[in-house]
Amino acid sequence: MDSMKRFVADFGLPRIIITLYLFALFFAAPFVGVNLPASISDTMIRIGMNGIMVLALVPMIQSGCGLNFGLSLGVIAGLLGATISIEMGYVGAWGFVAAILISQAFGAVFGYGYGKLLNRVKGGEMMIATYVGFSSVMIMSIAWLILPFKDPTMIWGYGGTGLRTTISVEGFWRHILDDFLVIQIGENFKFPTGAILVFAAMSFLIWVFFHLKIGTAITAVGSNPTYARASGINIDRMRFVSVMMSTMLGALGIIVFQQSFGFIQLYEGPLYMAFPAVAAILIGGAGVNKATLTNVFIGAALYQGILTMTPSIFNAVLKVDMSDVIRIIVSNGMILYALTRKTKVAK
Amino acid sequence: MSSRLRNFFIDNAVVILFVVLIAIAIPVSGLPGTFLMQEILTRLGRNTFLVIALLLPIMAGMGLNFGMVLGAMAGQLGLIFITDWNIVGIPGLLLAMIISLPISVFLGWLCGSIMNLAKGREMVTGFILAFFMNGLYMMVVLYAMGSLIPIMNPELLLSRGYGIRNVVGLDGVRQSLDTLIPLKIAGLNIPVFSFLIIAAVSYFIIWFRKTKIGQDMRAAGQDRAVSGAAGIPVEQTRILAIIISTVLAGIGQIIFLQNLGTINTTSSHEQIGMFSIAALLIGGASVTKASIPNVIVGVILFHLLFLVSPMAGKNLIGSGMLGEYFRQFVSYGVIALALVLYEWKRVTQENDSRATLRGGGAPAAKEAKGGAA
Repeated sequence: MDSMKRFVADFGLPRIIITLYLFALFFAAPFVGVNLPASISDTMIRIGMNGIMVLALVPMIQSGCGLNFGLSLGVIAGLLGATISIEMGYVGAWGFVAAILISQAFGAVFGYGYGKLLNRVKGGEMMIATYVGFSSVMIMSIAWLILPFKDPTMIWGYGGTGLRTTISVEGFWRHILDDFLVIQIGENFKFPTGAILVFAAMSFLIWVFFHLKIGTAITAVGSNPTYARASGINIDRMRFVSVMMSTMLGALGIIVFQQSFGFIQLYEGPLYMAFPAVAAILIGGAGVNKATLTNVFIGAALYQGILTMTPSIFNAVLKVDMSDVIRIIVSNGMILYALTRKTKVAK
Repeated sequence: MSSRLRNFFIDNAVVILFVVLIAIAIPVSGLPGTFLMQEILTRLGRNTFLVIALLLPIMAGMGLNFGMVLGAMAGQLGLIFITDWNIVGIPGLLLAMIISLPISVFLGWLCGSIMNLAKGREMVTGFILAFFMNGLYMMVVLYAMGSLIPIMNPELLLSRGYGIRNVVGLDGVRQSLDTLIPLKIAGLNIPVFSFLIIAAVSYFIIWFRKTKIGQDMRAAGQDRAVSGAAGIPVEQTRILAIIISTVLAGIGQIIFLQNLGTINTTSSHEQIGMFSIAALLIGGASVTKASIPNVIVGVILFHLLFLVSPMAGKNLIGSGMLGEYFRQFVSYGVIALALVLYEWKRVTQENDSRATLRGGGAPAAKEAKGGAA
């Protein structure tokens, strides 16, 4: 009984409820005529799609900067990479690589400014990150209208200026990772090997990074700044590095997302993109200043599982689509829970 | 004298910036002066009450109350019920306010209690709580109403038989507050009664600040530990600040919507927090200090910008969307700016006081930065 209580306390009641809810959904699926292999396949595809965005949150959580609600800054870098790559006329794998390289350059620039800013506002990062992200999305919306893009697949058809709100990457690099070494079993099951491999490879790199000297120093800054300072670690520099990393990973993450989703979403598209990623990592067990790769994997799987399964089960059973409302309640409830929980680390 | 002038400019930098911006944008937009005057009068009556709802939590040291959206939801529930029961005019609005009251009090209590669990990050907590409660609100409005909660008027319901339609017309109560005391000066309609209500609530805020509880609230806002030691029930005081704010937001939303005449069931409340906060900050308020003049100046400036920027954008580069995006950029940007300035100041003060502890005064330590350790 005692160990049970400790398990509940450690794992957190909301997380247990969410896990049970997902299991119930999977269990119910065959009985209500939902195609289970297709659902599992969808879940895998969405994990590959969103995994790197969730991963992008780890560095900033570890360095004590909190949940990166300003991930949209990285997303904007990714959008710039993708659109410029298409504008330059690259197709296929080269287009994809070019998009990533360009996005990383922008990610580094944005991350630089963002990191410098967050170092001046220690303790108030989350709210500022949110609104810096929001206002950047809006200033970029103006930019999408007036930047001199010329490619006919991207600009408004009727000779107007400005980019379309959604741009298809079909014919450029749609599904380039999803279809790489794809495993197709039957008609309904598809395993997106390439996307999962890239996610795994990036996770491995992050794992290695956090076992290097600099990674350990970042963790130290996040878990006990006073101790870190006493051991001669430059706190501002570590935080700065983590913000840069997070922004650049976000840029990579959105490009991987786009190749699977098939579209580049401009203008107000990136406004709320940080929130699902934040919810996912918290569902996976992360706190406001501690996150591990296990949290990323479990979180991405649980969150994407719920997102895939809820609409199909509810549609089958109740003939109503409550999935949007459930998604809002689950993800924001999880963020709320993490914000209000007394953290064990230094106050 | 010149230093006083300089201080005036520094203290009012945001206000001056926006005055200049609007002074440029009005001629570019080409909108006539009388139209702008009428719109500003209408919008003052419509929005001021909501912005005033933000004042007490700021005084209690809880920052900008992003959780005011909860009150707006309560107000909308009240309006949906009176529309269903077909109670019109002033009695309808009064009843809507009475219905919203217990819901607001409960939601405010909840919001305050949750914020007490997250001291030091009240703003982000309120912000996320607003999203969370929005989910529950949608659950009630889109699924429970018409099935669990009886709705008599089938015209309010979606064609599937339950859930409120996306747009609820408030024809019965439309502008009944604004036109209760009709007054027309130089061709401009003035919503006298709405202004009277705003004056009354402003007076209430000023009076409340001077009461014992108001003083406690201010003390709790300045230093929680010291106030607690002095016997002030800090947590309850903070909850009370949020409850009052939520109740005012509920009434404010009803005033706001009676002027507009329609509810967008799923979205009317969503942006109200952001717009009210942006208006307050443009009026020269900060995260720790806000007054009634800030509210009035802020509403005027924010809504002038709101009015002229789409037309100005259209005339400048031929796209109405440009102005729309610019307007949103300003709303988000001014909040970001205010938060950065506040945290920056706080961090600098902390560093200075730490430097004082290490020996040597704050300014001296600042000059010898790096070498001090």
